[in-house]
Amino acid sequence: MAETVQTHPSPPSPGGIRGFVSDWASDQQAFKNVSWGKAMMWIFLLSDTFIFGCFLLAYMTARMSTVVPWPNPSEVFALNIAGHDIPLILIAIMTFVLISSSGTMAMAVNFGYRRNRRMTALMMLLTALFGATFVGMQAFEWTKLILEGVRPWGNPWGAPQFGATFFMITGFHGTHVTIGVIFLLIIARKVWRGDFDTERRGFFTSRKGRYEVVEITGLYWHFVDLVWVFIFAFFYLW
Amino acid sequence: MAQVTVDSPRQAAVQKAVHAEHQQHPIGLYLVVWGLLFVLSVCSYLVDYFGLQGYLRWSLILIFMVLKAGLIVAVFMHMAWERLALLYAILLPPIAILVFVWLMTAESHYTLLTRMAFFGTAPGN
Repeated sequence: MAETVQTHPSPPSPGGIRGFVSDWASDQQAFKNVSWGKAMMWIFLLSDTFIFGCFLLAYMTARMSTVVPWPNPSEVFALNIAGHDIPLILIAIMTFVLISSSGTMAMAVNFGYRRNRRMTALMMLLTALFGATFVGMQAFEWTKLILEGVRPWGNPWGAPQFGATFFMITGFHGTHVTIGVIFLLIIARKVWRGDFDTERRGFFTSRKGRYEVVEITGLYWHFVDLVWVFIFAFFYLW
Repeated sequence: MAQVTVDSPRQAAVQKAVHAEHQQHPIGLYLVVWGLLFVLSVCSYLVDYFGLQGYLRWSLILIFMVLKAGLIVAVFMHMAWERLALLYAILLPPIAILVFVWLMTAESHYTLLTRMAFFGTAPGN
């Protein structure tokens, strides 16, 4: 990544509200100790927040305004294990898988800044594995629901909007997880090859990579987990 | 800014250290947060498992959700250590979504009222 050329050495910026005002009023760079890559990832995540926010809002509006009872997610997503109907168990396992992946990702970032090449790559691969497991379980869930007759325009248990919102929200989230897994695998390969130690230039960008890329990948991955926290609360538990 | 501080060599060194600083924190902290996330997830699952209903259910769901989201953003995404300039730029705009929630709540009450007035509570469109 290109180094920013500071034409005027900036005085040490104060903290707190005063620091916020002086950062935003300053020359060249508002986010002082954050690289452009990290700032842009945050801004992308903010825009993604609005997308998922609007999906959940659409779901809320449909559910609040329907005169037909909403299907009970606790029963819809129950699994019959050893003769007992356990409510929401698959979703609970998916939640734990995703939280585990968030933990391993945090470890990967930590090992990255310690310049531990092997552990960083291994932790990222483990994260990708958890992510792939999550997507697999989601595919299982979709298959089960489709076989039970859930369609975007109707379902056997109640309000027809249930299927549309379910496929839309979980589908979009699953896509994000899938993209995250691909992103993780690409960066893990670079870490494993030692690109960030030898400052090898990237194939597309011709820029030198740094271990900060691991943290930026981590930001995306934690965001995917964050979105799931909201989906779990509003769609599955409510 | 009107307030200009004199750059002592020591201050400059501190400033350099801040710029070069990475988001590096003790592993123990991550493990504690990881554990907390598991506990909070178990708690929110138990809300459904025990079949709590009504305001108790909704408030518990929201509390566990906000705690989990806060831990992820603050520690895993390192927001707790970022400068306020970034923190406000990212965390304040979502307030617009909350305003939107308020608008759509009013709107869906109206839609429901209209549907009940014209179609009764009979199932259908």
